[in-house]
Amino acid sequence: MKISFAQGVAMAISESLAADSRLLLIGNGFVGLNMEARALLEPALREFADRILVAPVSELALAGAGIGAAMAGQRAAVDLSTGSFIFQAFAQVVNEAANVHYMSGGQTTAPVTFCSLAGMRSAGAAQHSHRIQAMLGQVPGLQVLVPGGADDAYHMLKWALLQSQNPTVFISHALLLGETGELTPGAPMLPVGKARIRREGRDLSIIASSITVPRALEAAQSLERDHGFSVEVVDLRSIAPLDRDTVLKSVAKTGRAVIADECHRSFGVAAEIAATLAEEGLAYLKAPVCRVAVPDVPVPFSPPLEAELTVTADKIVAGALKVLNAGSTMRRPV
Amino acid sequence: MQRKNDPGERVAAMLRIRRFEEQCILLSKDGQFPGHYHVYIGQEATAVAACAELGTDDFVFSNWRNHGHLLARGAAPDRMMAEILGKAGGYARGKSGTLHMAVRELGVPATSALVGGSLPLATGAALACKRQGRGVVVAFFGDAALEEGACYEAMILASLWKLPILFVCENNSIPPAQRQRGQYTSSTLPAAQLVDVPQALQIRTEAVDGADADALAECFDRLVAEVRSEGTPRFVEVRCTRWPGNFPLWPELPCGQWQLDWAFGQSPDRADLATWLEQSDPLLLYLRKIVAAGGLTREQVQALDERARAEMAGAVRFALDSPFPAPEEAYQHVRAEQGATL
Repeated sequence: MKISFAQGVAMAISESLAADSRLLLIGNGFVGLNMEARALLEPALREFADRILVAPVSELALAGAGIGAAMAGQRAAVDLSTGSFIFQAFAQVVNEAANVHYMSGGQTTAPVTFCSLAGMRSAGAAQHSHRIQAMLGQVPGLQVLVPGGADDAYHMLKWALLQSQNPTVFISHALLLGETGELTPGAPMLPVGKARIRREGRDLSIIASSITVPRALEAAQSLERDHGFSVEVVDLRSIAPLDRDTVLKSVAKTGRAVIADECHRSFGVAAEIAATLAEEGLAYLKAPVCRVAVPDVPVPFSPPLEAELTVTADKIVAGALKVLNAGSTMRRPV
Repeated sequence: MQRKNDPGERVAAMLRIRRFEEQCILLSKDGQFPGHYHVYIGQEATAVAACAELGTDDFVFSNWRNHGHLLARGAAPDRMMAEILGKAGGYARGKSGTLHMAVRELGVPATSALVGGSLPLATGAALACKRQGRGVVVAFFGDAALEEGACYEAMILASLWKLPILFVCENNSIPPAQRQRGQYTSSTLPAAQLVDVPQALQIRTEAVDGADADALAECFDRLVAEVRSEGTPRFVEVRCTRWPGNFPLWPELPCGQWQLDWAFGQSPDRADLATWLEQSDPLLLYLRKIVAAGGLTREQVQALDERARAEMAGAVRFALDSPFPAPEEAYQHVRAEQGATL
């Protein structure tokens, strides 16, 4: 069946509420302004109203309440709304949830999921456009899920709500909510922690996640159509855990890598992948890697200014062509 | 855990905390563990009174000054001391140290060393209690927590969601004369009374003298019962006067370890300590009262003290003898084990 990303989120929440009576929802947004998904979620919100908590604008305590309830035998999903708002809750997410299992020497677990609608979404400007996955990737103890398709949105959120034993940040993207994908009901999920090869190819690997997955797929198509290159697209699916093996295997096959990521360029997800390739994959590389990421400036409001910074399919194509044409200058490792 | 209203048990519980903390200070001075730490001397009656009201379904949340709360809750002093020393025999095998000590099996799942950091967590545990239809939460914190947004937000949720939680604000910076009178204004929180803040959120409040063990026992008996039966939050400000050994950055023992004789006619050399003992030491004041009333003899108190000293000496031996964790344990418990697929 064909579903949208937002519908996948709504289905995962509805089915999880029905499957596990321990699950509490703190807040009830989760699917942003996607009306189809809201309609899909509505029956579950009504049926399980006693497990859905009215949420004041107290992100810090909402996050902490989710953690505390999870530590005390419940499971919890906390709607932190727009991705940038997680900063209001950072002390609890980063300094409490992430640390409690470790700090207690394994005594305590906190199966809580923080849902965050992140990303450059058009007109969000500097305070509503953050991509938070790279920052959260610096926090051992957290799981950071960044699905790039409707199938993974459904499966990975359901896994976080029903099976995970650890604090998880589930990062949706406002511009992904309407993306559609094929979902086979009952099909097993590719495990969390495994990257997915979204498209196979021989000449170049594009490593992507979240919103850059559909853009990388678009770029791969045009590279094949307009330039005759065979391009592989690796969807990371999660930043923590990070599946370095699948990235290395893909680059071992293609010899070239473009990393498309909506975090800022410095210290971002792309930087970590590039470092992995430099440390463990240098022998595979026929050309220097290329990061296609957001420049290190805040996100501006004005549409042409935001467009200047956005990681588009065209920019991924340009990065790819640079890498594909650079082979002769790369010195082989001695 | 102690039996309620038994003077011997109450005295024993307070003495155990005091003697534990003294050993902790001595171990620090001896260089047996690095880093800063906080002791509960002078506040013992609060944890003892609160924890006497709790059962196995209840939760306790604490902060960096957690030793007294944990001991009153029933934690083993040897494992606590080993944890403080960063040893493998500790509750977290050395990963928490003194500041974040937690004992899951006693309903102390996490201890935050951030000011106000435990309060949202405690509120969430109270939400779980409400869902499960059993248990209440007692959350201990200091007066500075009221300067944090986390405290205010947690009280909003507790009041809005009607959660079974008792907020215990241990205000340990109050001059003796102000403990009963109130009207003490913090130099950094412009509220006329600390209880004004929860009252604004429709949480019922009380203030109690932290040096009066009987008043504390009565207060916690009533408040915990109300939280349990009504399922709604309460806030209590416990007004304590800081023990002179806590005034320097690092705790130290003025005039050595506390002496039982100080309760019965003798006095230490330092004037500030002598004044504090006479006016503000909950242990000394209760001992005098209970012995005068015939509830305990001085000999019985002596025996309880000897037992507490021996127990804590044993805890020190256990901790010193416990090995350090192997270096590779640094990589364990980053995440809990779990199923990978749905």
